[in-house]
Amino acid sequence: MMAVPAKWGKFTMRAASDRRHGPPGRLIIVLPLMLTGCQAAILDPKGFVGLSEKTILIDSLAIMLAIVLPTIAATLGFAWWFRVSNMRARYWPDWAYSGRIELIVWGIPLLTIMLLGGVAWIGSHDLDPATPLASPSSPLEVQGVSMDWKWLFIYPDQHVASVNQLVIPAGVPVHFSLTSASVMNAFFVPALGSMIYTMNGMATQLNLEAGAPGSFHGLSSHYSGDGFSDMHFEVHAMPADEFQAWVAATRNTGSALDTGTYRHLMIQSIAVEPFTYKDSEAGLFQKIVRQELPPGPGPQTGTPSLDVSPRSAH
Amino acid sequence: MLGKLSWSAIPFDQPIPLVAAALVGSVIVCVLIWVIVKGHLPYLWNEWITSVDHKRIGEMYTILALIMLLRGFTDAIMMRSQQALAFQSPGYLPPEHYNQIFSAHGTLMIFFVAMPFMIGLMNFVVPLQLGIRDVAFPTLNSVGFWLTATGALLVNISLVVGEFARTGWLPYPPLSELTYSPGVGPDYYLWALEISGVGTLVSGVNLVTTILKVHAPGMTYTRMPMFCWTALASNLLIVAAFPILTATLAMLLLDRYLGFHFFTNEAGGNVMMFMNLIWAWGHPEVYILILPAFGVFSEVVATFSGKPLFGYRSMVMATMAICLLSFTVWLHHFFTMGAGADVNAIFGIMSMIIAVPTGVKIFNWLFTMYGGRVVFAPPMLWALGFMVTFAIGGMTGVLLAVPPADFVLHNSLFLVAHFHNVIIGGVLFGGFAGYSYWFPKAFGFRLHEGLGVAAFWCWLVGFYLAFGPLYVLGLEGMTRRMQHYDVPEWHPWLLAAAAGALVILAGIVLQVVQLVVSIRDRVELRDTTGDPWNGRSLEWATPSPPPAFNFPVLPHVEGGDAYWAIKQRAIAHAALSEEPAYAAIEMPRNSPTGFICAFFATFMGFALIWHIWWMVAVAAVGAFATFVVFAWRDVPDYIIPASKIARIARANRRSRELALANLRPVR
Repeated sequence: MMAVPAKWGKFTMRAASDRRHGPPGRLIIVLPLMLTGCQAAILDPKGFVGLSEKTILIDSLAIMLAIVLPTIAATLGFAWWFRVSNMRARYWPDWAYSGRIELIVWGIPLLTIMLLGGVAWIGSHDLDPATPLASPSSPLEVQGVSMDWKWLFIYPDQHVASVNQLVIPAGVPVHFSLTSASVMNAFFVPALGSMIYTMNGMATQLNLEAGAPGSFHGLSSHYSGDGFSDMHFEVHAMPADEFQAWVAATRNTGSALDTGTYRHLMIQSIAVEPFTYKDSEAGLFQKIVRQELPPGPGPQTGTPSLDVSPRSAH
Repeated sequence: MLGKLSWSAIPFDQPIPLVAAALVGSVIVCVLIWVIVKGHLPYLWNEWITSVDHKRIGEMYTILALIMLLRGFTDAIMMRSQQALAFQSPGYLPPEHYNQIFSAHGTLMIFFVAMPFMIGLMNFVVPLQLGIRDVAFPTLNSVGFWLTATGALLVNISLVVGEFARTGWLPYPPLSELTYSPGVGPDYYLWALEISGVGTLVSGVNLVTTILKVHAPGMTYTRMPMFCWTALASNLLIVAAFPILTATLAMLLLDRYLGFHFFTNEAGGNVMMFMNLIWAWGHPEVYILILPAFGVFSEVVATFSGKPLFGYRSMVMATMAICLLSFTVWLHHFFTMGAGADVNAIFGIMSMIIAVPTGVKIFNWLFTMYGGRVVFAPPMLWALGFMVTFAIGGMTGVLLAVPPADFVLHNSLFLVAHFHNVIIGGVLFGGFAGYSYWFPKAFGFRLHEGLGVAAFWCWLVGFYLAFGPLYVLGLEGMTRRMQHYDVPEWHPWLLAAAAGALVILAGIVLQVVQLVVSIRDRVELRDTTGDPWNGRSLEWATPSPPPAFNFPVLPHVEGGDAYWAIKQRAIAHAALSEEPAYAAIEMPRNSPTGFICAFFATFMGFALIWHIWWMVAVAAVGAFATFVVFAWRDVPDYIIPASKIARIARANRRSRELALANLRPVR
């Protein structure tokens, strides 16, 4: 239970976190303009993976509803018809077995599950997050690092990097390698499809594609501590030429991401405004995965040791 | 002297926990004063605290569960109101506090509501249904209960002394490691569950032994009521799974206390191992909770349909199939870890296979009603509400077992809605069905029916209103455990969910009122027959409430639905069976062992949390000494004389004779 700042509010918090470890020279602007096109994101996906997953979701639901709805109807129907006051209903006080019904009772769920099991087997293989997407264009490589509490995206081939903002070309598959700088998180862009965990010392693989240009809501979908709720990011999918223009522009502004700036970024901060790095040190992601760069330090209020104060103060 | 404990541990700057604690504290003090002034203390000590009677222990488990339900629900209301308010706003609960609330909510509801509710019902009912006088290990049973109470107490102490875990109800490392959670929160969680976990394990050992080894004559396995079968399956799972939990949490404790590296980021620790281990316990745990509820519904549906359970053997097979399969599906809790297509597909299909025996159960309850005479008493309403709700919850569960669907729904509010759908719609409704069904047996008077019906409808409607929106939010990509959010589409659904929580609140208030009104009107609601529902199993052969020894003479069982058969014989002969000769009965003596053990365990847990090492040593010695004293006891039993037994038995026979006059053979 940390002490609560006198005027606890988003602005206070953001300003405070900015003062401590935000990128230099930037004021935090609240961004309520996020999230276009996130309505029922799972049911209105904007990419191949999400579309396939939506199909599987709806097919599975339909298969199950075919047995669940009659069951619910029968439950209510039987209970009502055989109510004690209904004199027209038969009463069989000793009827407790019928081989034929037993066969049906075991058979129906079994058949349903066999059908659904096929869907699961095929779906798991077709949509395995690590499987590259079929496409004429070669995929864009993006390395994602979940940090306390922001996302770092490194473009190894373009030599740029961004924080809390993901810019990708539309219509081109993106191959993500993902890891965590500290605790577990999950990388998730609901409109594009599959999520995947990020874990320190490990790299997970994910392949996604945005079908058309647009802006999507991305977030961490695995709870990771006090700053978790602000670990969201905007995904901008843009035409290939605009993407190249963005890369070119990015390479001209801001600071460079190297071991030193990474160590600074690693310190806990909340609601960091998106910004970019004009250059990224080669092999930085691998250094993080191999733990050549140590995991994030955790709360800075008091050294984490056996004798630390139980109530970490602000 | 006091380790890490200092005044800074008390959250003087936070009014909510302080006021809550002051309120609860003053209520406890008032009750204590009332107990002492009215002279109830010896009664409480002799009849309840030191009791080794399985019925009393079962009742105490249930009371603990219901009280903790109030605390857990308070957390739920706070979470719902926070999320309703926190649209583009920080709401009223800062993350440090909000994160403790959802962690405490899950921990309390699973370990200190659902578990003691189910264990309480099993403790109370199983020996009565088996036609026996007590469980296999009565004192161990008492130890089990009191250690569970210790765990609950420690979690609640964390409200005002220090903090609770901010890691979620399962403390995934590395977030729960010292580096990222240097406070005492995870330690409260870990020690509370280590201690109560031991309690649960001994309770499981006790019930497994009882069901396998202690029976009335003729009560073979295939004549046991369905509830005993599900209790057997559930307790086998406890015995097999709880050691995994205890060991996993012990490893995390070693990381935190002695600098080990089981699950740390550094030095080769592996967080994936924690997730595998915790869910190797966690998924069986789901069935530990739901199986006894299935048992309750089997009893309730048969009784209130006036028919034997349809497909008894099928039900037994389904139960035991679930028991085995529950250990083969744990990986579906982390399909999104990137295990690969084959692994995900196999665990997805295994998870679906579990739905087969579960579906069989639903169909068998359905056909139990078929050709019956269904009475819509409150227990049956809970059962019907369950069958409809659980069918939906089961369906969304199977949906989440399809890996590609899980890739977009994992950790979302869709998942939250699913497991509340099965835990509220399954376990809790089962608990309430059992509570209203066996209450007259336990206390000798029925619960007010109208208020019970009203409470049921509030719970049912409230449930759909609160969790229907969460399904939608999951499909809108909202993940769980968000303290605030900026997405406008989410806001109206969260408002609706908050309204649903209020309707559930009305249901809980009605249940409290029902209890108070029923106690006030207990004379009119008195159950003089011992068989208020025209029951089928042996618990209904005893007077309400049953005497300490349950059965004056152990019943001879000749088939399933033992008490129904006895009634049919009596109706056919128009007379009760001949009066047997009553003999003196030996019963286990009350023992304060459990209470004293738990007393020391509480101090030991608290001292371990705050690093007060001298207190750890003193409490450990105290707990061990209690065990030694118990082991050296000379006189374990006392004798109830035959005359007293005959008096109680004859009173019961008289009430049965009166009832017999009103019974007609059923055709």
